[in-house]
Amino acid sequence: MDAVQMVGITKQFGPLIANNKVDFELKKGEVHALLGENGAGKTTLMRVLYGLYKPDSGEIRVNEKPVQIYSPKDAIANGIGMVSQHFTLVPTLTVAENVVLGFNPGMRLNPNLVNKFVDDAAKKFGIEIKSSTLVRHLSVGERQRVEILKALYRNISVLIMDEPTAVLVPQEVDVLFATLNRLRESGLSVIFISHKLNEVMTISDRITVLRDGKCIGTVNKNDTNERALARMMVGRDTFGVQRDSEPCSGKPLLKVQNVSAMDKKGLLALKDVSLEVCEGEILGVAGVSGNGQAELAGVLSGTLKPETGNILLGELDLIGLDPQSISKAGVGRIPEDRHTGVVGDMTVAENLALERLDDFLKKGILDRKKIKDHAEAMIKEYQIKATPSIQTRKLSGGNMQKVILARALYTQPRMIIAAQPTRGLDIGATEYVRNKLIEQRDRGAAVLLISEDLEEVRSLSDRIAVIYEGRIVGILNCNEATDEVLGLMMSGAKEVVNEN
Amino acid sequence: MKINYRLVRSPAPAWFSAIIPLLAIVVTFLITSVFIIIAGANPFEAYYYFLISPLTSKIGILEVLVKSTPLILTGAAVTIAFASGYWNIGAEGQLYAGAVAAAWLGTTLIGVPQPAAILIMLLGGFIAGMLWALIPAILKVKLSVDEVVTTLLMNYVALFFVSALLNGPWRDPVSNWPQSPDILASTMMPKLFPPSRLHFGFIVGVLAVVTIWFILSRTGLGMRMRSVGMGQEAARFMGVKIGRTMFITALISGGIAGLAGVTEVAGIHFHLIDAISPGYGYTGIIAATLGNLNPFGSMAASLFLGLISTGSQAVSRSLGVPTFLGDVVQATLLLVTLAMFLLRNYTLRKVE
Repeated sequence: MDAVQMVGITKQFGPLIANNKVDFELKKGEVHALLGENGAGKTTLMRVLYGLYKPDSGEIRVNEKPVQIYSPKDAIANGIGMVSQHFTLVPTLTVAENVVLGFNPGMRLNPNLVNKFVDDAAKKFGIEIKSSTLVRHLSVGERQRVEILKALYRNISVLIMDEPTAVLVPQEVDVLFATLNRLRESGLSVIFISHKLNEVMTISDRITVLRDGKCIGTVNKNDTNERALARMMVGRDTFGVQRDSEPCSGKPLLKVQNVSAMDKKGLLALKDVSLEVCEGEILGVAGVSGNGQAELAGVLSGTLKPETGNILLGELDLIGLDPQSISKAGVGRIPEDRHTGVVGDMTVAENLALERLDDFLKKGILDRKKIKDHAEAMIKEYQIKATPSIQTRKLSGGNMQKVILARALYTQPRMIIAAQPTRGLDIGATEYVRNKLIEQRDRGAAVLLISEDLEEVRSLSDRIAVIYEGRIVGILNCNEATDEVLGLMMSGAKEVVNEN
Repeated sequence: MKINYRLVRSPAPAWFSAIIPLLAIVVTFLITSVFIIIAGANPFEAYYYFLISPLTSKIGILEVLVKSTPLILTGAAVTIAFASGYWNIGAEGQLYAGAVAAAWLGTTLIGVPQPAAILIMLLGGFIAGMLWALIPAILKVKLSVDEVVTTLLMNYVALFFVSALLNGPWRDPVSNWPQSPDILASTMMPKLFPPSRLHFGFIVGVLAVVTIWFILSRTGLGMRMRSVGMGQEAARFMGVKIGRTMFITALISGGIAGLAGVTEVAGIHFHLIDAISPGYGYTGIIAATLGNLNPFGSMAASLFLGLISTGSQAVSRSLGVPTFLGDVVQATLLLVTLAMFLLRNYTLRKVE
């Protein structure tokens, strides 16, 4: 029997069809993966099921009866719960209080009852968590478990997990999978959204693949393999950017020497980092998320002041320079989080001009024609789907990133700092950004590519530095950097001491 | 079959945004009617006096402009601050600082021709407002002290400072009232349409609105200010100097609020009194918010608030209800409008 059936779901955002007559069936007691590239429509489909979006057409059936779901409240009433990528927990409350928040029958809170529920559930599903702990003391993985408990407390029978592994370290992924298996055994159905093939193959019973808003098909795990799934997902064999792997012959442009820096919490996040980037090379920085990449990018972009160390761009000392001076010194910067790279409520034209605003002023007054002409030129050159006067937050992720790329590259910078430049982008935009970076390298610029996407680092970089717990644990030439070596270094199991 | 309606979280149709002000007035009318009835008057009659009667005569219309003048200035001061992410709650204190400067200059500029004297007074009031805004601005930029608290507290300092002045050195030697000596005739704002009280300060207000519009939307400084207001982190990434921009914002805002003090002293009272502002600084926040932080929107809201304020006197005169009803209407209108802004995120949907 099917727990959920979605029939002919269509959801359109303006001209974009996010879901095009998608059919989806979830059996009772299965883990069902929803696989697809970013922008394939996975999250949209689940948001429809969870009542966050109203479909333009189509029908939802729960336990084979048609239902109307207009809000998460309706969804929960129908036994459907969702754990999204961004947690909705109150850090200053305990686990138990978070679990009952908004779902407490009656006026009085009975702490014993809730504590008992949490502890029972913990035992039953192998979720190790103490009901009296404050959420702010929990790790990301533990918070995710609280979210799952929260859903279970609401008596759900269907759990949607939106890219649950994106925020987890590998050990926590194992714990999550163990929990999901326990849930399955106790009869719950789980929808697991992902774009990672190995995870999908590990955990799910069946897999539905979405591409460009359409349902490509549903397969049993045992009847398929990673290659076949990749083909379904991408619509062709997996791609790789073409590159020649000559070792760098230029002279070092950026010299980072013994730099240490604190993170926002005041903990030492960069420890004695030294590296050099040559003209005409891409130096990739690989590492698991949260090992100091953000701070490295911040220090080099001028948004974070290091505690100690030197940063030289040619002869120029970058330490203590503000972002504007660093930009004027010839550094093009692509920030880790797009949304801190553009002011969403300002127009595309304004965002393209703001970093070098002095070039667009006549005696302090905005040269509006120049700003508009510049924006039109950039929109054309970088194929941005936008108009100069549209608010930047209305753009898709890919187009927003192109705005940032255009702003960073139009001045022909000597040095490019690219932090997670393709995170969250679809295949087309990813390929575009990667090719632009290669173009810059070939033009003779020095490129520092900080990325958590190992495939990206490997396919673009001439040399690869691995960062682990704030330290550079080794720098390899790209031909020495196999997945295995990199994986060991990224997990702190191996260190390479060499003079590159 | 029973048909229910439910509020669903999805953007309201465009026509709804357009009728928000009108709807807000109707809802405000319904709510405040209760108080008007308690006060013993007919709500329809009361609203006639509130909204219509001031506009039936030329002198009435001009009086609305008189009442709007200080609000236009404080509204402009708050608008430029809020639009730039600096939460200046201190327009009231900055207004008093400007008023003190005007009362002092007004008695000392002997022999200065009127146009020059008025210009000096405006300049003096602007600087005084800036100085009053300086301490919170420095604390904000250097030590990240929340400006909401400091600017608000500076209001009380200003109020008590003025009170001390008026009960001490500045007490009128002739009447012995706690009011400063009258300013020189050459420092009074010229009347625009005598016998109406409407004075040159109204033009100052309109010029201030046009100026802040120009700064915000046409200058490099204004673009940087807006970027700080709309997305501080992104602005910092793009090299906008956050502290410096906020500091300039705070000073401009304080200066404009100071001008409101000048126009009240030199245009209406001609001396400084304790109660020179019945909370114009705070009403300026209402105007700026109702105007959606748009300079001209804030001006329109100021004119409307001026209308209610004029009308509340007419209501009181004709129907014998307290003038405070005007304040009740203003406050209710603000709350209702803010609630309506929220409603833009919802639609009513039919559920079977």
